[in-house]
Amino acid sequence: MKTDIILAGVGGQGILSIAATIGAAAVKKGWYLKQSETHGMSQRGGAVSSHLRISDDPVASDLIPLGCADVILSVEPMESLRYLPWLSPQGWVVSNSTLFDNIPDYPDFNLIKAEIDKLPQAVLLDADTIARELKHPKGSNMVMLGAATPFLQLTSGEIAEAIAFIFKKKGEAVIEANIRAFNAGLDFSMKAFRH
Amino acid sequence: MQKNLLLGVEAIAQGAIDGGISGVYAYPGTPSTEITEYIQVNPEAISRNIHRRWSVNEKTAYEAALGMSYTGKRALVCMKHVGLNVAADPFMNSCVTGVHGGLLLAVADDPSMHSSQNEQDSRFFGKFGMVPILEPSNQQEAYDMVYEGLELSEALQLPVVLRITTRLAHSRSGVERRPMKDENPLQLPSNPKQFLLLPAFARRYYQNLLSKQTEMVHRSEHSPWNFLTGGKDNSLGIICCGLTYNYLMENYPGGSCPYPVLKVSQYPLPETLVKALGRRCEELLVLEEGYPFVEEQLSDFFGKGPRVMGRLSGALPRAGELNPDHVARALGREVHQGLTVPPLVANRPPALCQGCGHQDVYAALNEAIASLGHGRVFSDIGCYTLGALQPYNSIDTCVDMGASVTMAKGAFDAGLRPAFAVIGDSTFTHSGITGLLDCVVEKSEVTIIILDNEAVAMTGGQDSQALGRIEAICAGVGVDPAHIRVVVPLKKNHDEMVSVIREEMEWKGVSVIIARRPCIQKIAREKREKQVTQ
Repeated sequence: MKTDIILAGVGGQGILSIAATIGAAAVKKGWYLKQSETHGMSQRGGAVSSHLRISDDPVASDLIPLGCADVILSVEPMESLRYLPWLSPQGWVVSNSTLFDNIPDYPDFNLIKAEIDKLPQAVLLDADTIARELKHPKGSNMVMLGAATPFLQLTSGEIAEAIAFIFKKKGEAVIEANIRAFNAGLDFSMKAFRH
Repeated sequence: MQKNLLLGVEAIAQGAIDGGISGVYAYPGTPSTEITEYIQVNPEAISRNIHRRWSVNEKTAYEAALGMSYTGKRALVCMKHVGLNVAADPFMNSCVTGVHGGLLLAVADDPSMHSSQNEQDSRFFGKFGMVPILEPSNQQEAYDMVYEGLELSEALQLPVVLRITTRLAHSRSGVERRPMKDENPLQLPSNPKQFLLLPAFARRYYQNLLSKQTEMVHRSEHSPWNFLTGGKDNSLGIICCGLTYNYLMENYPGGSCPYPVLKVSQYPLPETLVKALGRRCEELLVLEEGYPFVEEQLSDFFGKGPRVMGRLSGALPRAGELNPDHVARALGREVHQGLTVPPLVANRPPALCQGCGHQDVYAALNEAIASLGHGRVFSDIGCYTLGALQPYNSIDTCVDMGASVTMAKGAFDAGLRPAFAVIGDSTFTHSGITGLLDCVVEKSEVTIIILDNEAVAMTGGQDSQALGRIEAICAGVGVDPAHIRVVVPLKKNHDEMVSVIREEMEWKGVSVIIARRPCIQKIAREKREKQVTQ
């Protein structure tokens, strides 16, 4: 079993905390992992991505080949479209709908939404609003992680355990808030499935 | 079960700690920065009190590491590829002196120039110095190569180059550690003149370096990191350097590659292995990240050997970082590209942070010199280089560390006036001070704006050696204290900054304007760290 994930966002949005959580869950399970990150100049508000590959067999390449990603998990809607050449025909796009508009030519959100709606398999959710409603505004990335969980070949229990591990130093209250955010994202995707 | 999930750079750091180093020396530079940062916060490194503070530039770092090696102790020195240009003088000469305690140079190249001005291939420096080069294909090899590379350095009494590229530097995977070695005791070289490159000695040491070449090739041929694998189809032989081995394996899962494959991770090239492959195969394909370093060595000038393909022949792109798809295409395998990117997706280049003081400096500079037109602001390497982009369009050059000051001087010498230099605090201490002295000696009419955010900001806010010293350095070099001006780059001080710039550009001599306000990212980070520890 193997899951190839592209995490997308804008420098500073914290996609690496999502990668670290999925990675911890995979490693706990005894799986192999390779995770390529963006450091340096792009972190100053530029487009950033991380290739995360988890598998029960050793992983060869640090980069995912074109057309092979099982999931594109984006914390920003326009960024979810930037990596479509990597999406496998069976792959899912899971994206936050909250914009990060730091460029002069940012497109109309309705046009972005229309592109995402055109995709064969996509989940678009307003993770920031969901996180705010849970009184945990910093938890939007955990909402996104929850929304992507049905497509990762890891159970929600395994990921919840990884959240507790990753945020151990920040205390019980932070872990609980993050688990609530995670569950809210998971619920959203499960409901979207049933439709 | 993979216990330690480490970035390639972290694997290097851990390998050095476990390999018994007594010091790491470095100047921050993407993608090499986190090697030193890892050692700086590592509890075992702290308990041993391994030297782990930043150096002022790569040259001072390399020389300090060589000094540690002189005493018999082991040292790691780290830099990005262009940093090795700065350290080239001590590096090349240390190949002639040789080393005493193990000395490993970890140099990180940046093909595709993710965060760099060029994509030079540091393997050429290793060959230039005639010393061994190690090029890991994965994080475990990176760890092992540092651990064993320090010993290789002591066995050959030569510096060893560990060359990585961005992808391995910033990719994470499982690494198994080995027992932590003791540090070496302090012991001076048995030949007290080993590090004395007077011509008479240097000639002898150079002969000594030449005489070690055969042993280096022999070691490459027997290195566990260089091996032959793959299938029996001799129509093609593949040579994989470093990381490219993974891209080949990605195309042939489960070791199903039909062609013989020679993996090369230790140089000089393992001659007998390469020649055996060349005799066996009709054509050779060289997969290498960076320049066509191996392909050029193997390309047959007189056309008598097998045809050699790679980045030079056009089988692979000549420039930029490779990936599994490039390798697939070179092998004639199908690439299954997914959907196309909708045209509405806009570029999102990096930009100065909202609230960054550099924005206020550029606003003031633009206004102060609006009537003069473009083409007179020489700049440097750092976050502020983003001032070349919209909406600032404030700077005209960015070449190498420190070149703002000296290019402004040269342009002034040629008659361009006024001429401005814009340089960061850390870049100034890295390589700007010497140029400033040239300006002072010749009373060059240049206005040097030092953007002092009290950090090496672009690489993550490391402490700058310039902290609290800039005025004293400028005065010490000889700038008239009346023309060392300090401003605080805030919107409310805009008019004051415009007048200061205008006043100083009128001055017939060297002016320094220090625009001082701490990096907002660094402030935010320190606040977060404080919260965690509370």
